[in-house]
Amino acid sequence: MIRSRLTAQRLAFLFLLGCFFFNYPLLSVFNRGGDFFGLPPLYAWLMGSWLALIAQMAWVVESRSD
Amino acid sequence: MLQGWVIVLASFLYLGILFAIAWYADRRADVGRSLIANPVVYALSLGVYCTTWTFYGSVGRAAASGIGFLPIYLGPTLLFALAGFILHKMIRVAKTNRITSIADFVASRYGKSQLLGGLVTVIAVVGVIPYIALQLKAVSNSFAILASYPEIIMPATAGAVPLLQDSALYVAMILAAFTILFGTRHLDATERHEGMVAAIAVESVVKLVAFLAVGIFVVWGMHDGVGDIFAQAATVPEVARRLATADSPAAYGTWGTLIFLSLFASLLLPRQFQIAVVENVDASHLSRAVWMFPLYLFLINLFVLPVALAGMLHFPGGAVDADTFVLTLPMARQQEALALFVYIGGLSAATGMVIVETIALSTMVCNDLVMPLLLRLPMLGLAAHADLSGLLLEIRRWAIVIILGLGYLYFRVAGEAYALVSIGLISFAAVAQFAPVVIGGLFWKGGTRDGALAGLAAGFVLWVYTLLLPSFAKSGWLPDGFIAHGLFGIELLRPQHLFGLTGLDEITHCLVWSLLANLGAYIGVSLQRVPNVREARQATLFVGGAEAAGIPGWHSTAGVGDLLPLAGRFLGLARAQEAFARHAQQRGLRGITELPADARLVSFAETLLAGAIGSASARVMVASVVKEEPLGIDEVMNILDEASQVRAYTRELEQKSRELTRATAELREANARLRELDRMKDDFISTVTHELRTPLTSIRAFSEMLQEDPKIDLAQRTRFVGIIVSETVRLSRLINQILDLAKLESGRAEWTVAAVDVAEVIHEAAESLTVLFAEKHVTLEFDGCEAGLIVLADRDRLMQVMVNLLSNALKFVPAGSGRVTVGADGTANEVRVRVVDNGPGIQVQDQEVIFDKFHQGAATTDVLTDKPQGTGLGLPISRQIIEYFNGRLWVESTPGAGAGFVFTLPRQAGDNGKVPQGDTVPGGGRGHKLPGGNS
Repeated sequence: MIRSRLTAQRLAFLFLLGCFFFNYPLLSVFNRGGDFFGLPPLYAWLMGSWLALIAQMAWVVESRSD
Repeated sequence: MLQGWVIVLASFLYLGILFAIAWYADRRADVGRSLIANPVVYALSLGVYCTTWTFYGSVGRAAASGIGFLPIYLGPTLLFALAGFILHKMIRVAKTNRITSIADFVASRYGKSQLLGGLVTVIAVVGVIPYIALQLKAVSNSFAILASYPEIIMPATAGAVPLLQDSALYVAMILAAFTILFGTRHLDATERHEGMVAAIAVESVVKLVAFLAVGIFVVWGMHDGVGDIFAQAATVPEVARRLATADSPAAYGTWGTLIFLSLFASLLLPRQFQIAVVENVDASHLSRAVWMFPLYLFLINLFVLPVALAGMLHFPGGAVDADTFVLTLPMARQQEALALFVYIGGLSAATGMVIVETIALSTMVCNDLVMPLLLRLPMLGLAAHADLSGLLLEIRRWAIVIILGLGYLYFRVAGEAYALVSIGLISFAAVAQFAPVVIGGLFWKGGTRDGALAGLAAGFVLWVYTLLLPSFAKSGWLPDGFIAHGLFGIELLRPQHLFGLTGLDEITHCLVWSLLANLGAYIGVSLQRVPNVREARQATLFVGGAEAAGIPGWHSTAGVGDLLPLAGRFLGLARAQEAFARHAQQRGLRGITELPADARLVSFAETLLAGAIGSASARVMVASVVKEEPLGIDEVMNILDEASQVRAYTRELEQKSRELTRATAELREANARLRELDRMKDDFISTVTHELRTPLTSIRAFSEMLQEDPKIDLAQRTRFVGIIVSETVRLSRLINQILDLAKLESGRAEWTVAAVDVAEVIHEAAESLTVLFAEKHVTLEFDGCEAGLIVLADRDRLMQVMVNLLSNALKFVPAGSGRVTVGADGTANEVRVRVVDNGPGIQVQDQEVIFDKFHQGAATTDVLTDKPQGTGLGLPISRQIIEYFNGRLWVESTPGAGAGFVFTLPRQAGDNGKVPQGDTVPGGGRGHKLPGGNS
């Protein structure tokens, strides 16, 4: 449940992680030519990390361990 | 098959199905089996975030700026990661306070201020109407493009079409009718629209499926997968440029700004607030939405870039607007059914947005703008009107019509202009102005109404100046000179380079200045004063959350007889009665009539009304009927406030008084000691005078006898002179000892401290008294007294003590059989000296008294002549000396079996090691100082 302090904090951690994933210093790493399984690296990184972030958010709120 | 009538029919069919769903959901809600009480429905309904700006516009943005369309969806993802801290709290607060809109939220938070609610409403309307225009444009364009099938023709600019042939007008009218049907069928106390939410959830599914269908068709129907599209795109230089995003730090800055902006927009846009907060059935649904809504955004963006690239490959040269690729690509491949489906998807995106946004805005306009004004106009006499529920619905319906009308007008005037293209972000920037007061209001108790007003006003003005006016100018509605040269030709006032700030894109530039001013004014003005009582109470409710909900809002009372008709006027009598009956039931009462006229009932009525007319208006209405009118809520609050201040003062006073009591006690004690000392001094002086007078009297008597009788014989004369001499000696000894004692006690004594062998001192003292012992035939024995018992002391003083103790002992032992034993031994820490005699001993009660000045042992009076043998000062002086060297002197005695005087001295000199030779320090450990001294 989101009411749990621990869950809220885990989500907030994912928020910070997302801020890092989706912003400047890290983005410049992928901002180049070439391809990654046929996709531009930046596109692949953004879509991939976005999906991974969503998956982690789902895991955090749906796991009832705490 | 895609004739105009087919499209129109399909559109109406679709809207009809939506309405059926809404109607069904409303009916289910009425019988208490809510269709939307489901986390999945909640998550889907949040998809109202994706408007035609997403459905058509994302591809357009991607065609223009590559991956630059993404931040708009990354921001909401991040917001939902913060859901536990922000959204959850907002929902909880909104539920306990029956918040009906974001304007109501802000107004309620800062002391139920009508002015603030009005300002928020104005900002929201101004900021969002262009956004509505964008939806109208999208629907009418997509209709026009689809109707021209099989040709692909871009529609003419809106202004060029005669009004009555403009499909956007009909779209606006249909949407207005539809919104009125959805949103204002009846007044709900909580301002929730279950049917609407259900329809929105369905629309979210439709637009997502439609977009995915296009994506799949483009990627796998027209190409060999995503990789193929990217590979083809890479070969065309013009298209390849879109593959990478940022070439400069400024682009990253814009990227970050858009994430930040969309994060707030997905919370603060009126429609988002409506769906996420107001329409939320159960706060626990949020946990599912935390990942489902971002996933929805992910899916709807999955094919944006491939579709954009495919469109650019397929329609080179820009003849086809990239915003329409979603629709034109299937049309180009003669996929009629798919094209129609896409059009329906676009229609869902537009209708969903328009319905929710307009309902939210109309609620705000009605509750926070129109009603407060109407209620204030006495000539209308509304406050006394019997049934206002009809009026409320009427106002909302007109508000919907006017808002959509304004939207259409904006679309008509702006046409293809710049202002429409970037309007999504301009709207986002407008609602971002709510962020400081909303988020700040949730977590900071210090915010005041004035601060919120100042912050919002400052942010709004800067938004208008740096973003809205330039967009007007670029559309040609305003002379654009002021963009290039600044207002009044002042360079520093150039709206997009305000105060010389350059290097930022216009959105970032606007946000930097407006949010800076907003936040600065909000905090700065708030800090001008402490929140008043009402603000403080609301702050507790909002910041403290549910646990603060028990705070009563009213201290006055009103009965059911007043409150029920009042509520009935706004809600309709039947609904009001129902709500009151439920309230009575909750309180365990049998019926409405049993409800007591108390503060709780008034609070209930206010919350009930707040759902219908907003918290600020509800306060005013309830205030008009509550009793104890002379002592209004403000006065009561003021009294409470003063009372709490008084309480604070009292606490302070109590503490001060405790301190005073403590100080007084100390003073009293000190005074008592002073008195005691004073009395002791008096005693001492009278004793001293008495002791001095005794020898003086005898000297005088014998001298007078010698003077008056010159014929006195020689033997007699010699005896008299002898007495006079011995009395004089006694007198001078007495005076010396008094002086000595005064010196010791006043600390003026001089000490010469050195290592002294105690045994040596004992033997020397004994030697000096040998004659006296022999005269009285008293035996003097030694026990121990071996050399090497070294202490740090003044040798002469120690000698004085020894002589004193020995002569004391000699005084009291019987002549002939008397025996005095001196013992000395040492432990590791101290040297112990005992002077034991076989005299009469000392009574227990006298054992301490003999150390007082001028006290002689009581035992002596039996044995001795009336004349005292000593001065009564020897023992006190000895004790002072011993204690000065950190030793102790006491007596051990059994009456009739002799007495033993014992003293100890520390072997290691201890503290006295620090005493320099000849230094004067306060004498003795007892600390009793006497005035005077040897002066």
